Amino acid sequence: MSAPVVDVRDLRTHIVTRWGTVKAVDGVSFALAEGETLGLVGESGSGKSMTCLSLVRLVPRPAARILGGQVLLDGDDLLARSEAEMQAIRGRRIAMILQDPMSSLNPVFSIGMQIREPVALYHRLRGRALTARAAELLAAVRIPSPWERLRAFPHQLSGGMRQRVVGAMAIAAPPRLLIADEPTTSLDLTIQSQYLGLLRELQRQHRFALIFVTHNLGIVARMCDRVAVMYAGRIVEMGPVRHLFTRPAHPYTRALLESIPRLGVRRERLTAIEGQPPDLSRLPAGCAFAPRCPSVMERCRVEAPPETAVEAGHVTRCWLETSPGASG
Amino acid sequence: MLAEPAALARPEADGAAPPVARGWRLPLVPLGIIALFLVVAIVAPLLGLPDPQEQSLRNRFKPPVWEEGGTWAHALGTDRLGRDLLSRIVWGSRISLAAGVLTVLLASAFGAAVGLTAGYYGGRVDAVLMRITDATMSFPVILLALILAVTVGPSFTNVVVAIAVILWARYARVIRGQVLTLMQLDFVAQARIAGAGAWRIITRHLLPNTLGTLLVLVTLQIGYVIIVEASLSFLGAGIPPPTPAWGSMIAEGRDFVTSAWWVSLFPGLAILVVVLAFNLLGDWLRDTFDPKLRQL
Amino acid sequence: MSALLEVEGLTKHFPVRRGLLGRTTGLVRAVDSVSFSIDVGATLGVVGESGCGKTTTSKLVLGLERPTAGAIRFGGENVLTLGRAGWQRYRRAVQAVFQDPYASLDPRMRVGTIIAEPLVINERIDATSRRRRVHELLDLVSLPARAADLYPHEFSGGQRQRVAIARALALSPRLVVLDEPVSALDVSIRAQILNLLRDLQARLGVSYLFIAHDLAAVAHMSHVIAVMYLGQIVERGPADAVALEPRHPYTQALFAAALPIDFDSPREEIALSGEVPSPLSPPAGCRFHPRCPHAMARCATEEPVLRSTAGRLVACHLY
Repeated sequence: MSAPVVDVRDLRTHIVTRWGTVKAVDGVSFALAEGETLGLVGESGSGKSMTCLSLVRLVPRPAARILGGQVLLDGDDLLARSEAEMQAIRGRRIAMILQDPMSSLNPVFSIGMQIREPVALYHRLRGRALTARAAELLAAVRIPSPWERLRAFPHQLSGGMRQRVVGAMAIAAPPRLLIADEPTTSLDLTIQSQYLGLLRELQRQHRFALIFVTHNLGIVARMCDRVAVMYAGRIVEMGPVRHLFTRPAHPYTRALLESIPRLGVRRERLTAIEGQPPDLSRLPAGCAFAPRCPSVMERCRVEAPPETAVEAGHVTRCWLETSPGASG
Repeated sequence: MLAEPAALARPEADGAAPPVARGWRLPLVPLGIIALFLVVAIVAPLLGLPDPQEQSLRNRFKPPVWEEGGTWAHALGTDRLGRDLLSRIVWGSRISLAAGVLTVLLASAFGAAVGLTAGYYGGRVDAVLMRITDATMSFPVILLALILAVTVGPSFTNVVVAIAVILWARYARVIRGQVLTLMQLDFVAQARIAGAGAWRIITRHLLPNTLGTLLVLVTLQIGYVIIVEASLSFLGAGIPPPTPAWGSMIAEGRDFVTSAWWVSLFPGLAILVVVLAFNLLGDWLRDTFDPKLRQL
Repeated sequence: MSALLEVEGLTKHFPVRRGLLGRTTGLVRAVDSVSFSIDVGATLGVVGESGCGKTTTSKLVLGLERPTAGAIRFGGENVLTLGRAGWQRYRRAVQAVFQDPYASLDPRMRVGTIIAEPLVINERIDATSRRRRVHELLDLVSLPARAADLYPHEFSGGQRQRVAIARALALSPRLVVLDEPVSALDVSIRAQILNLLRDLQARLGVSYLFIAHDLAAVAHMSHVIAVMYLGQIVERGPADAVALEPRHPYTQALFAAALPIDFDSPREEIALSGEVPSPLSPPAGCRFHPRCPHAMARCATEEPVLRSTAGRLVACHLY
């Protein structure tokens, strides 16, 4: 690809808890080009949210620490920047949308005041010009009657509208990278549909790279160009969405796809994944998925598999792929 | 917070229990102080101390042992009537601790009952009970005790009653708040679905889940009650003489602060240390028991 | 198949009170004349978005709220008109499993006590029989017997849901209301619990009222699906019919938004304009008409009734 907007190399973040050190992000690498969307899929403890926090260096200190790796934003390593420099970058070059719009918005300030803030900061506008730009942003996220809405307060808006306001603030700069962490999980289905359409439209316009964190594979299929599946702090499979869903290489991906009920596919039983999501403070040696893997081999319990290529642009961490004559 | 549930803080895969969080960094100093005072208060009669009420004009105003003229016979000195200060402080601790614990137990039991009822039933019951609670909270404790002292005469019982009669309101408020939060949780609805009635839900589901908060509040309040009792005794509306009480001891030494400073200082120090210990313990309890119901 | 539960014209209005005297200034029409039935050993799936009334409906069925109007017939008799004994019998026969596995179990009680509680409240049962029943129930949900002595916090979310299911089965209910039973669980655990629920249905012949926003899960679990919008049922019929060939415009939009992982036959997305109106003042005529892509003049004035079309019931003037 042409010079990526985001290039993450071997990112490592550990968290010290009273039950031991947790390798929340354990050597995560990926790259994203302009206008490209990466879906980050995983369950609790997979490390997807901590990865996002690490990208903007907002990991909860002092317990969590980014130990190593590089996060290159347009070639610029964010992990080497000072905190003051990071503050200038956050919001401006990297923006984030979180799951709960009610906590992202300050309940005591009007929408207008909250949107004006980043706009004033990034574009040095004041007065009428500032308000006009704020209204433009609201219109860009398809909020009806934007000029009137500027005076409204968060509690007067529905969940879907609030999430749009958060979106408007996120694209105020506009950013080079937008990280959306489960932005639609708390929204109704039909509202979710509208919102995803809006995000795609905004991305087409502004060409930012988008990292979309979700556990919903349906959203990934619709929104993402590539998808990375995380398990126990590592990316176990990554590749173009279509390839991954039609020819999954990793047993976890396969098992996930098989365990999800699908409209139109009548099955008597869903193929459940045995066991529980891993205890990150007590990971087994070898592959973290081994205890639950239906295709587990002896080697898996001893040695953690490296990243290998399945085909162009599609990688996985699994001994099945590395051994000659592996079953597909 | 980001979307990822904190499985990191709760690694319970395969049903294994997280190591015990309590018993970890116990507040040894406050606990030690409280234990010391409690033990001393309980075994006071066995300690072979001089009679706290024995007067001896010959021994008036003896200074503490480390001062010139002091003796080990009266290690902390004597007061204006020659009574041994150490002995009076030890015996006074029985009063203060008894007043503190008894009052708080009474107030918390009644207050919790009111809070549980108001929170569970809601509606008019809640409105009425809370109005009564509000009115009670705004009544000054000391004034009430003074009135009682003037009309009925000062006594230990009056002190306990006067304070408890107003203190319960604080518990009622806090417990009611907690109950309102608990009522939102599904397990209360589940109890109803299983057929449980009000009594069962309140006693078996709501009350046990408020015990943590109650414990914190109780501990923090003991210090407060001890100070109030001391204040009342200082004003002459508390424990009447000749029973030794820290507050009245301070009052007795009031006129001699420059000459016989030990008479007022040591009882004052005793109050300070005990109250501080209870407050520190209460703080630690609150930090440990912070109502994260999921982690209990 | 005989009907276990028949609900007819079920209605629940909540008055909105203002002022010191509590005058009623408005009415929230949470559930408005809803009718459906659940057969023995079958599952009725209810879908809809916020404000549609599905939670209130489940509370009415559970007896946690009294309806403003309508009838609930269980095994033939209208339980709302029965005396105290009959009503208690009904309440025991209908149990529930809720969404949040962390809030539905009392953190201060051991699992064994939690599961046994319905038994303790409703039956005179000695300790030995109680213990035996608890072990039976734990076995039904594939948890080890020693789980009875542990506390909820020692279990994962999926395991806690199993405990909740065991508790719901303690009184051998005929109907279990499942309100989002797997949405708070990890994706890889959901299949386990859904499979368990289906197995239990096959073994015990229990019926389910299954409420979820995961449409694929509802379609998988249900025999019949009812789609609710602003307090009313807009479509109701066999699960496959409603899910794969929805007729009502709202159902079509809803299932189109369900985002299948299917590259070969991509579903057309139907974007609905606007937001869900408030149940305080639902639109006149068909409640969906302001957002409906097929709205006609008639829709603004005349409320459609459920009519049989293409093997299911639809409330829409298009049919």
